[in-house]
Amino acid sequence: MRVGVFICHCGSNIAGTIDVAKVAEETKKLPGVVYSTTYMYTCSEPGQEEIQKAIKNENLDRVVVAACSPRMHELTFRRTVAKAGLNRYFFEQANIREHISWIGTDKELNTIKAIEAVRMAVEKVKQNKPLFSSSFKINKRVLVIGGGVAGMQAALDCADGGLEVLLVEKSPSVGGMMSRLDKTFPTIDCSICILGPKMVDVAQHENIKLYAYSEIDEIKGYVGNYQIKIRKKATYVDWSKCTGCGACMEKCPSKNSYDYFNFGVAPTRAINIPFPQAIPKKAKIDPNYCRQFTKGKCGVCAKICPTKAINYDMQDEIVTEDVGAIIVATGYSLIDMEKLPEYGGGRYPDVISGIQYERLLNASGPTSGHIVRPSDHVEPKTVVFVACAGSRDKSIGIPYCSNFCCMYIAKQAILTKDHIPDSQSYVFYMDIRSPGKGYDEFTRRAQEEYGVKYIRGRVSRIYPKGNKMVVRGADTLLGTQVEVEADLVVLGTAVISNADAGHMAEKLHISYDTFGFYVESHPKLRPVETNTSGVFLAGACQGPKDIPASVGQGSAAASKVLALFSKDMLESDPAVAKVNINTCVGCLKCVKTCPFQAIKEKELRDGRVVADVIETVCAGCGVCTSTCPCGAIQLQHFTDNQILAEVNAICLK
Amino acid sequence: MAEREYAYFSGCSLEGTASEYDASVRAVLKELNVRFREPDDWSCCGSTPAHTVDHVFAAALAARNLRLIEKLGLDTVIAPCPSCMTVFKKAQYGMTESEAFRNEVNELLDEPYNCGVESKSALQVLFEDVGLDAIAERVTHALPGLKVAPYYGCILNRPPEIARFDDPENPVSMDKVLMAAGVEVTNFAFKLECCGAAFGVTKREMVNQLTYKVLSMAIDSGANCIAVACPLCQQNLDLRQEQVNKTMGSSFNIPILYFTQILGLVYGLPPREIGMDKLVVSADEIVYSRITVEEMRKRAELEAQAKVKKPEKKIAKEEAKTEENE
Repeated sequence: MRVGVFICHCGSNIAGTIDVAKVAEETKKLPGVVYSTTYMYTCSEPGQEEIQKAIKNENLDRVVVAACSPRMHELTFRRTVAKAGLNRYFFEQANIREHISWIGTDKELNTIKAIEAVRMAVEKVKQNKPLFSSSFKINKRVLVIGGGVAGMQAALDCADGGLEVLLVEKSPSVGGMMSRLDKTFPTIDCSICILGPKMVDVAQHENIKLYAYSEIDEIKGYVGNYQIKIRKKATYVDWSKCTGCGACMEKCPSKNSYDYFNFGVAPTRAINIPFPQAIPKKAKIDPNYCRQFTKGKCGVCAKICPTKAINYDMQDEIVTEDVGAIIVATGYSLIDMEKLPEYGGGRYPDVISGIQYERLLNASGPTSGHIVRPSDHVEPKTVVFVACAGSRDKSIGIPYCSNFCCMYIAKQAILTKDHIPDSQSYVFYMDIRSPGKGYDEFTRRAQEEYGVKYIRGRVSRIYPKGNKMVVRGADTLLGTQVEVEADLVVLGTAVISNADAGHMAEKLHISYDTFGFYVESHPKLRPVETNTSGVFLAGACQGPKDIPASVGQGSAAASKVLALFSKDMLESDPAVAKVNINTCVGCLKCVKTCPFQAIKEKELRDGRVVADVIETVCAGCGVCTSTCPCGAIQLQHFTDNQILAEVNAICLK
Repeated sequence: MAEREYAYFSGCSLEGTASEYDASVRAVLKELNVRFREPDDWSCCGSTPAHTVDHVFAAALAARNLRLIEKLGLDTVIAPCPSCMTVFKKAQYGMTESEAFRNEVNELLDEPYNCGVESKSALQVLFEDVGLDAIAERVTHALPGLKVAPYYGCILNRPPEIARFDDPENPVSMDKVLMAAGVEVTNFAFKLECCGAAFGVTKREMVNQLTYKVLSMAIDSGANCIAVACPLCQQNLDLRQEQVNKTMGSSFNIPILYFTQILGLVYGLPPREIGMDKLVVSADEIVYSRITVEEMRKRAELEAQAKVKKPEKKIAKEEAKTEENE
């Protein structure tokens, strides 16, 4: 066995705190190592050529590179050795950058630690076996979860690229948050006018199958071959018959249902079509408010419906679909105003959230676009906007910026002046964050052309005084306390992840951060990929972002899926579990513990029952290997012997 | 409740200006079967003057008292005065969070304090330990017409990581305790507004302006009485009410009661026992309005009957009208 060791300087990243020459010198003494050298940037083209040359000249059959994390360059170096004719699994990477040089400052100790890390890798690589991947067919259908603007863009781009798309939306209509907006910044163009045509396209595109008012129950499988269980929630209206005439909504006697679409600005009917441009334009019953469900009698909508579409006995329906890739575009939520008790939102009717104000501004909203105070329906003359209501506030666990509030507050202040010319708006802000194209000019316009008064400082308390709301805060530029008597207060509430974001991530086997936002594969270079191959991200489920960014990500995710599906076959990872049928006793404990349902029982010709791994489904997590009582199931490339070789290398001096 | 025993730390205010708070807390605790013992030889809690000079010194003053309680074998102390309570909680917090701080403090003490005593305000004990049901159960009297603005002051529930009680921005515990006792509370926006605290001595006018705001907001909320849980709040609102009227040109005459005095009243305790005569702005009207729960029920029944009778007439009239129309 002839092992070659290559120690990377990584500029000064590694060589700065590790004596790489000494590491090379020491490792040369290890049994089996016939060649050891250092190089400035091993991952560079000449660096890789150096490895290939050494393989030929020194007749190497195993290669160890001591450099960065394998997550960074394992694939690169596997390709390098493969090109030189070695099996790609005859390569090991010792992580001496993230694990050693970056975290320790003592050069002497770092060098000792690096030598040990290389020794482990050498012992491991000597135990490595050649592995070969097999290829499998892929199902070229894509599932898009979430029908907001990001999800719709992704679905349309995939569909235009010729893929069959399933679009699953949990609410009764596609459109998401953008469909609630009145105008969009910085152009003040009508939100639904630019979104509406996209929504219609989604409904009419022959390659898109829309599941509205549906949720994902279960996801099984792996890239190229997913089985999805979709729960079509009971609407109590047969959508194949419903024409969206709206007669039921007019006659429904239950007039105090919570309006999810309008964020509770005004009540709606228990049977309703969420908004005039809804896609699909179908009615749905809210059983929490419908008298037929709460009191057991009513039936008005069933009597009035001209197509007899009402069905009070409807049940949720589970549909199974097969897809090859998934785009997650589940969007975001807003913090509950009651979490900010100093502002009194929820306690005082005239303290509302930005999205509620958006519905007041909107011509198809509950007030037909007339701005009125919720308490007495009087037109407000003084409106105070509070930016960062919850955002950038460590004390409530939201240290991040919500990205778009500065901009929509400027927009809402401008629109307020347009709606009520004799009104005066105030904005309490921490910093004005307007880094997009045309954004800063826009916030300037609010101040200079529309006379919006910007006060730099935070609000400490909002309280009622007569029929006014007093907003008390600091003006940090003047260094004084200010009180503004407002008719209406609008809170720029913080963006948070959806309540069920964690559950969804677990179903998808993707990671999420402390705040419930999904984690991309690389923050700069792989922004729409996840660490689970076949699952992509788009829009605000990854972090707060505005419409242009969400649309951009939707298209990016679609292009990634199209690239993935440009091949007919995918290669499987051979580093999966494998059963030794000679030692397997057929207890099948591994079948129960496998989180991916990748192990099934198999009957041998002699009638003996053993476990059998489905190679393409196995994710290589290794849970089964620690469960197996007789060591019969082994994770390839991480077998007990390979791990023990590493342990011995570090324990035996 | 009976099996649990608390320590009780009155502190300097409750021995002097706030003796009615002391009396009413003790009386109410007795009514609710809360047993407590007092440490001998207690000293200054370490409040304002100490902690403005030196945190270790302030904590040492607090810890000396907490050590006395620890020696009694008790694990929870009721400190009705928020100033005492907050320095106790602060010392406890600092000494449990940081070993270095604990050592520094213990060095000043004769005997080291082992951080085994939790401090609670009287309100916290009533709300969390006694419970609303037990508070409601003991009620014998009603105070018809009384509308109370519950005033918490600044430190009863803040800062949240030290107080660990109720909401730091919109507390509701006193509201709930009073409501459980059958007392009507108003929606008071200035629950936490600054009363001016000890600045009454050095900056009288500023304090008058601050208390003016609190008093007028209470009146605006429809209240005819303010409930407090702090000797300093009580003093600034009650004792200085006449001063406020003079400086601000107002004419307030609103009684400022400790919430425990209100509980004492609905528990049927003699007014003298709960120090009603100690208040500067007279609360006699409230005392005289007190009736038993049964009387109250009868009154409510009579009112309900009166209401029922009226609509009957109305219906009759309407019927007559419709008949006419037909």
